[in-house]
Amino acid sequence: MKLTGAQILCETLEHLGVRHIFGYPGGAILPVYDAIGKSKLHHILVRHEQGATHMADGYARATGGVGVAMATSGPGATNMVTGIATAMLDSSPVVCITGQVGSKFLGSDAFQEVDITGITMPITKHNVVVTKAEDIARTVREAFIIANSGRPGPVLVDITKDAQQATTDFDWDATAPKLPPKRIRNNHNQEQFDRAVELLNSAKRPVILAGRGIMLSGAMRTFEQFVRTSNIPVAMTLLGIGCFPATDPMNLGMMGMHGEAWVNTAIQEADLLLAVGMRFDDRVTGDLRTYARNARKIHIEIDRAEINKNVKVDAAIIGDAGETLANLLPHIHERDHSAWLAHIKELKGDSAVRDIQSLPDSGHLYAAHVINDLWKVTEGGAIVVTDVGQHQMWEAQYYHHDQPRTLITSGGLGTMGFALPAAIGAKFARPDAEVWVVVGDGGFQMTMCELATIVQEKIKINIAIINNGYLGMVRQWQEFFYDKRYVATPLVAPDFAALANAFGIRGERVTTRKEVVPMIESARGTEQAVLLDFRVEQEDSVYPMVPAGASLHEMIRRPNNPLVETASEP
Amino acid sequence: MQTIVAYVENKPGVLNRVASLTRRLAINIDSLTVGPTENEEIARMTICAHTDENGARRLEASLEKLVDVLVAENISDRSMLERDLALIKVAADQQNRPHLMELIKVFRGRVVDVAPESLIVEVSGTVDKIDGLLEVLRPFGVLEMARTGRIAMTRGGDLLRPPTAASNSSKDKDSAPASS
Repeated sequence: MKLTGAQILCETLEHLGVRHIFGYPGGAILPVYDAIGKSKLHHILVRHEQGATHMADGYARATGGVGVAMATSGPGATNMVTGIATAMLDSSPVVCITGQVGSKFLGSDAFQEVDITGITMPITKHNVVVTKAEDIARTVREAFIIANSGRPGPVLVDITKDAQQATTDFDWDATAPKLPPKRIRNNHNQEQFDRAVELLNSAKRPVILAGRGIMLSGAMRTFEQFVRTSNIPVAMTLLGIGCFPATDPMNLGMMGMHGEAWVNTAIQEADLLLAVGMRFDDRVTGDLRTYARNARKIHIEIDRAEINKNVKVDAAIIGDAGETLANLLPHIHERDHSAWLAHIKELKGDSAVRDIQSLPDSGHLYAAHVINDLWKVTEGGAIVVTDVGQHQMWEAQYYHHDQPRTLITSGGLGTMGFALPAAIGAKFARPDAEVWVVVGDGGFQMTMCELATIVQEKIKINIAIINNGYLGMVRQWQEFFYDKRYVATPLVAPDFAALANAFGIRGERVTTRKEVVPMIESARGTEQAVLLDFRVEQEDSVYPMVPAGASLHEMIRRPNNPLVETASEP
Repeated sequence: MQTIVAYVENKPGVLNRVASLTRRLAINIDSLTVGPTENEEIARMTICAHTDENGARRLEASLEKLVDVLVAENISDRSMLERDLALIKVAADQQNRPHLMELIKVFRGRVVDVAPESLIVEVSGTVDKIDGLLEVLRPFGVLEMARTGRIAMTRGGDLLRPPTAASNSSKDKDSAPASS
């Protein structure tokens, strides 16, 4: 069968099971768009290519499959850079397809020519330029394998215009992937494995540090079994949220810079840390010199390059989280850690005192109230896609995720503007799910053009803007560390409700606490997208906070009541 | 100094990826050599880096994460041979030429070109040996020098060979995209 390169690309994507492409057309990718028009692929027209990559990322994170983004050469491709780096830092399987100028113009500074493979080399798992139609199918098939194997990550395929236009024979079987014959390492190290077992069976104050690797491995059930058998409490990284039910008594919550005080204290007091699918990010450890000094450390990790990178460990097991936990399980003795668990419970204090809902209504609206109410009304069943900043940390603290892949957030890169487009991607991946965007007034203004995408595609997404009139997290740092000199953080925003109306989306402003639940319920009850503009307390801060570079136990607590870390009376 | 040997795909851009990685890890390369192997699709690299054992371990592991790197192995602690090759152009006239030749002989160098005012020495061996010859030649006036950088190989039966295509055919299976 004779097909053009563009048609081969579409055929290949269909063969691979792709149904959605998030993209933006342009000169160097036009042949592909012409072929998309004749294919079964659903192309979602974005408003900015950064949005396309975040959508593909959100799509991938919601399901674990590969998300596909597309753009033209030059500025189309460079606009993808932030989204690609976001996917890279959070190990998200995204395939980006970019058009490129014709192969005979390569290197000539032709119109809209940019060396996108050179630019994205350090922020992709792999990238490749295709200059011949006959290489397209094989390369794209390889890209899908690379993106979603081992530790996942983004792959960029740059296809020259002449390769899209040329005609060649297409036969699926003849285009089988031919990846380089890499050495397969035998990572099994019995000595390390035995040491890990011995440490686990002798620890008195152990804590599990659970990361996103558990979800990437699909190991939630094995992990739960491991927790039940070993009787070890679980602390989660931000991206690990959802790997173990938040409402389970063995789940302590999030650790790190804005982790709950008892979680960080437990880590500092622990005699053993079992890290699973996490990478000891600086936001998790604080000062490495004082990090968990009393603890032996075991690291289960698929990426060999992560071992001993930040924290030196006593035993390392390289491999898939689920497989490794399953291998360990038969060797783990059931142990009674009741004294240790009781001690942590004591650190936690009275949860009734801590419950922000039991605070008297002073008329002030706090972000934590909004997020806690959102959790209660949605019964924890929504996919929540957050942006980056204070609202993101409050979400992690007050929306209790029991299901994996229900919190979608930019952790490693901390990309503002991520939430709205990523939520659109998540909605396409899981059309039956209830999707909420939780976003600040700053981040929302970075990618709010994608409201038009929501309208054009007629999708149902609920948007909760946590509007405090500041770039809140930066303001908080200025309050704590720069003597309240609020430089460049007060933020003028449009009337978001009116803005939503201009796009054809229902928008509402919420200013009091008593309106929160009815408004959330009202938004859930409609078939169309709704935007809620929550005007919250302007100068609230996220507590506790471990200042950057400080020790994990050196937390700044809420001044008047450390048990009520958030939303206490001013 | 750490020595890493890598087998890589012999195609454009791979050297760039390796160099870009060392830059990203903030590891300073002392020498990097690339040459073909008996298999024309595979090239062999010797990377000598200014880093400690942990840095080398990270570099080795990160190199193997690159799709085009088939094997990367730190051989610093293994019994191995290291060779560097240099061409050194030294100022030499009729008077001091015999004396120079004597010195070069001690270092097992070869004179490969003689001109009225200069000569070219070819010398191979360990870095120390070449540095030693250079030290001796410097007073005569070193006019020009080219060095290849180090290549290294483990001794005896300690073989470091690229894997073959048959060894990993199982992973060439199409990956499923997102589905709801």
